[in-house]
Amino acid sequence: MVPDLLTWIFLLAGSVLGITGAWGLMTFPDFYSRVHAASITDTLCAACFIFGLVFQAGWSLVTIKLLIVLTLLWITSPTSSHALVRAAYRAGLRAMTHGNKHSGGGRS
Amino acid sequence: MMSLGIAAVALLVVMFVALIRALSGPKIYDRVLAINMFGTKTVLFIAVYGFLTERPDFLDLSIFYALINFIGVIAVLKFIERIEEYDEVEER
Amino acid sequence: MYLIQLGIGLSCFWLLLSGFWSNTLLLLLGLVSTLLSLYISWRIRRQYRLFSDWSLILRFPAYLRWLLVEVYKANIAVVKNIWFPKDYPISPTVKRLPMSQKSKLGKTIYANSITLTPGTVSFDFKDDGVLVHAIVEEAVVELQDGEMDQRVSKLEQVK
Repeated sequence: MVPDLLTWIFLLAGSVLGITGAWGLMTFPDFYSRVHAASITDTLCAACFIFGLVFQAGWSLVTIKLLIVLTLLWITSPTSSHALVRAAYRAGLRAMTHGNKHSGGGRS
Repeated sequence: MMSLGIAAVALLVVMFVALIRALSGPKIYDRVLAINMFGTKTVLFIAVYGFLTERPDFLDLSIFYALINFIGVIAVLKFIERIEEYDEVEER
Repeated sequence: MYLIQLGIGLSCFWLLLSGFWSNTLLLLLGLVSTLLSLYISWRIRRQYRLFSDWSLILRFPAYLRWLLVEVYKANIAVVKNIWFPKDYPISPTVKRLPMSQKSKLGKTIYANSITLTPGTVSFDFKDDGVLVHAIVEEAVVELQDGEMDQRVSKLEQVK
């Protein structure tokens, strides 16, 4: 009973976070801010889903595999978003900055 | 198993939105970002679907997919960087 | 020494994931893939020495717990930015932050932690600094206070 309830809470929270991230992906104005919206769905949303499934699985090999999936996602997703942002920066895509005080981004 | 169903539907919605962004993204980096997000959501979807059909073996697939997705994104980014360096050399 | 430790770890990983302990063909395949990964990591290590201190793993869980709380807080902040753009307007900022870590591994952990917390992304290394893009200005101010920097430095502890 209690595990089922916890599964409900975690999966619902994960779903809401995922849809929030998707909404941010559609509405944010420039590329660099969209990265942040995507990083929500990569971190806490993924963690919520995995923990929801862990409560469903109980203690078994399945749990360990789920935790391996989570670890992989948490290591690879910042790495790939760092690589993505760095590639965009090196290619000269300028970041939209607040008030243009710091003119960052873009190498030219 | 209502909760798993809702989670699966929500993941499908997120994947759909990511696909829209991938198709409409103004810059190529928006497309890669959306595809990366699509990939991580696919990993989660495979896991949830495995639980929904009560076949936890699907988790192996999702571990595998996480690795392939990462390598794929990095490879595409390397490719884009190469192309842009090449373009700059051409322009000079 | 390092290769032996890695080999034992990889074999355990294979056994754990496959779940078959008695099938000769699968064990043989596991041996082959372990040896292949060992060869590749030996080749990488010849050029790029990243990891040499196992005591870091013992100190890692405490850092991870702190990081989880940070990730949670940062998530809530960005969720507010997405749903209520009127009340919580975004103010994208780019800044250079100094890094106090000495080893490559420490720098990698720091940059990865910055990227892992939503709202801040690290995008380039220059000398001893890291370029950070943040979605709200407060996030950069918080990073400039340097709590995460100090924690990572404490984590690596170069002798």
